[in-house]
Amino acid sequence: MSAAFASSRTNGSEVVKELAFFAVIALLMSVMLLGVETVDRPTGLELAVRWDLVLIAIGATVIGRLGLIFRRENISRLGQAVLITLSAVAVFEMFVRFRELDDRWVSPVVLDMAFGSVVSTIVGIAFVAIIFATAYFTMKDKTAADVDESAKLSSKIQLAYRSNTKKIGLIGIIFFIIFPFIFGEDRSAIDLATLVMIYIMLGWGLNIVVGLAGLLDLGYVAFYAVGAYSYALLSQNFDLSFWLCLPLAGIFAASFGIILGFPVLRLRGDYLAIVTLGFGEIIRVVLINWYDLTGGPDGISSIERPSFFGMADFSRRVPDGAIGFNELFGMEYSSMHRLIFLYYLILVLALVTNFVTLRLRKLPIGRAWEALREDEIACRSLGINPTNTKLSAFAIGAMFGGFAGAFFATRQGFISPESFTFLESAVILAIVVLGGMGSQIGVVLAAIVMIGFPEMFRELAEYRMLIFGAGIVAIMLWRPRGLLSFRDPTILLNMSQKEKVAGEVK
Amino acid sequence: MDWAYFLQQLINGLTLGAIYGLIAIGYTMVYGIIGMINFAHGEIYMIGAFHSLITFLICQAAGISGILPLTLLLMLFVSMVLTSVYGWGVERVAYRPLRGSFRLAALISAIGMSIFLQNFVQISQGARVKPMQPLVEGGITLMESANFDVQLSYMQIVIIVLTFVLMVVFSLLIAKTSLGRAQRACEQDRTMAGLLGVNVDRTISTTFVMGAALASVAGMMVTLYYGVIDFYIGFLAGVKAFTAAVLGGIGSLPGAMLGGLLIGLIEAFWSGYLTIEYKDVATFGILVLVLIFRPWGLLGKPEVEKV
Repeated sequence: MSAAFASSRTNGSEVVKELAFFAVIALLMSVMLLGVETVDRPTGLELAVRWDLVLIAIGATVIGRLGLIFRRENISRLGQAVLITLSAVAVFEMFVRFRELDDRWVSPVVLDMAFGSVVSTIVGIAFVAIIFATAYFTMKDKTAADVDESAKLSSKIQLAYRSNTKKIGLIGIIFFIIFPFIFGEDRSAIDLATLVMIYIMLGWGLNIVVGLAGLLDLGYVAFYAVGAYSYALLSQNFDLSFWLCLPLAGIFAASFGIILGFPVLRLRGDYLAIVTLGFGEIIRVVLINWYDLTGGPDGISSIERPSFFGMADFSRRVPDGAIGFNELFGMEYSSMHRLIFLYYLILVLALVTNFVTLRLRKLPIGRAWEALREDEIACRSLGINPTNTKLSAFAIGAMFGGFAGAFFATRQGFISPESFTFLESAVILAIVVLGGMGSQIGVVLAAIVMIGFPEMFRELAEYRMLIFGAGIVAIMLWRPRGLLSFRDPTILLNMSQKEKVAGEVK
Repeated sequence: MDWAYFLQQLINGLTLGAIYGLIAIGYTMVYGIIGMINFAHGEIYMIGAFHSLITFLICQAAGISGILPLTLLLMLFVSMVLTSVYGWGVERVAYRPLRGSFRLAALISAIGMSIFLQNFVQISQGARVKPMQPLVEGGITLMESANFDVQLSYMQIVIIVLTFVLMVVFSLLIAKTSLGRAQRACEQDRTMAGLLGVNVDRTISTTFVMGAALASVAGMMVTLYYGVIDFYIGFLAGVKAFTAAVLGGIGSLPGAMLGGLLIGLIEAFWSGYLTIEYKDVATFGILVLVLIFRPWGLLGKPEVEKV
């Protein structure tokens, strides 16, 4: 190893110094927040000490840093991958210990992998293997002559993806259409799919704002809330049907978008982020405190379910003068009918969102959004009114949020301000960012990963947001323009799309 | 009009404003030097509060909590040091690698960092509200009226005095020391400062560290003042302190303090005379109004956008 260091810029003692520095940093960071736990006792707060966690944190940091040094100095790609995998396992170990909270000195992870059930062994090995493979294949050999295999591989995937987006999209749509036929009797599968679909729709809606127009909206959930509450209130107070309220909810949400957007869209991106964040909170505070109208923290319950386009009803006991869905089609009554209908409803709504976005991208307004995202000053000098252009993106994005909100209200039958916290906004933003801002298929993948998987692994739910946060940071560092792909402006001067891709790969 | 009530709200507002001001300085300094909002700053403040709480509990366990000045100094010192490391870490992880990237990238990674830190504390310390007994008790009765007495508690005095001292120290630091000079140089032109031998990376790191240290003081004061903290306090306080920084003129130190005091006063008077439920709405409303009519704030200078 010393020979390897000698040939490079950093020598051994410097490496030791660097590692010691990071060990101290890790110690300082973890000594209180990890090393000591505040425990509620009847007499007040007491402390419980967890030194093992501090040790693991330091170990993970040092090993991980060593891996990064290996990478920087271009030493043994295998070594880099091994070190980084070790570090990741140590972090995972820390999570496991949070739940175990005992003083075992042998790692429960390792034990589980070796002697646990078959499932945990497989999961453990798969976990390690995935990290290792990712680390190994994303490491770059820096020797100039070597063609980077991993980059080549990923560029192949990129090219294949880019030239086949239509096919992939079509396959995806077909899959989602036949989904209920495969899982028709499985209530939880349909529920989960509906949930994922809501987030796909929200992601697509936000994608117009963030991905196309480049406006960072941290309060998107406000429009979702406006949509949900408009439907709930209209249906309760004026007895309007879902089909009438759906467009109204969208219009309300869009007007809120315009009201909010008009004053703030002249501002720079980061101001906009804070103002939208504040607006999301305002909506929530108002919903909680305006008791007479919104029911405050209790929310609104028994919201009317949608009918089959006003023709038939889904409930078991059909009210007088209406006919049941099963009677209309001459089927046995099943409670699944409504769920499947709701699933298709949100699928159609989401596809409409997608279709509108795809079309808008080809219209002058869509081009203006993309141009504005790339260079605002240039746009202004070419006569594009930035405020109005941004406002239109904001309003259209808000409108789809409103549609999704109305659907959410009718599906849940109950809404309360609890459902519309900042965390929701962050999740939707994370979906857009993870998928690659502006990429439609990326949003679908990200929504499945972020909503679907956590629902399946319920026991990891408390770490969900932690992993979200870390994931957002990691993706920004690794691929600042999104995981799957970043959508370049639809047209560029002097550069065909293919050349552009090739240029990017280089 | 009841002057006693007014005076009491004024005192409360100033105390609150001092705390917001301290957090706002962190925003304003970071914005001044790299032109970006440190989105994780609210969480840094929350981490500072937790550090001071845990330090106090350790002091209690060690049996030295009876000696009040020592305990307070330890809390201040330990929480400042440990929280500064987090400030350093945020810059190192979420900002430095993205400095050359497009604007939104750093902002988004900072949001990720903020979510991460919040949940990290939630998981490691629990989601429940952490209570703490009052350490500094008692106060001075300033005025007695028919309805109630105007109280100026010793804690409020400590907060206002400490804030004032820190403000003076930091202003001197920026104005007189070589570090402050380097910061101002980086603020004006980072490339040029680098060419002239200023270590830009280190200066930016120091800025984050200083902001975090001040935020941790604010966290400690909140812990002592209100006696309850939880992992979620950073969010609202962060947004409000940001409002304060914008109101005062982002990039300007006295502006941040002025903005903090104004926000504190507005919040106190709003809760005192109008509705306490809508006090957060009032703050956000002010933020929007300021951004519409005077985006450069009270003491800031209008920014000229260049190609």
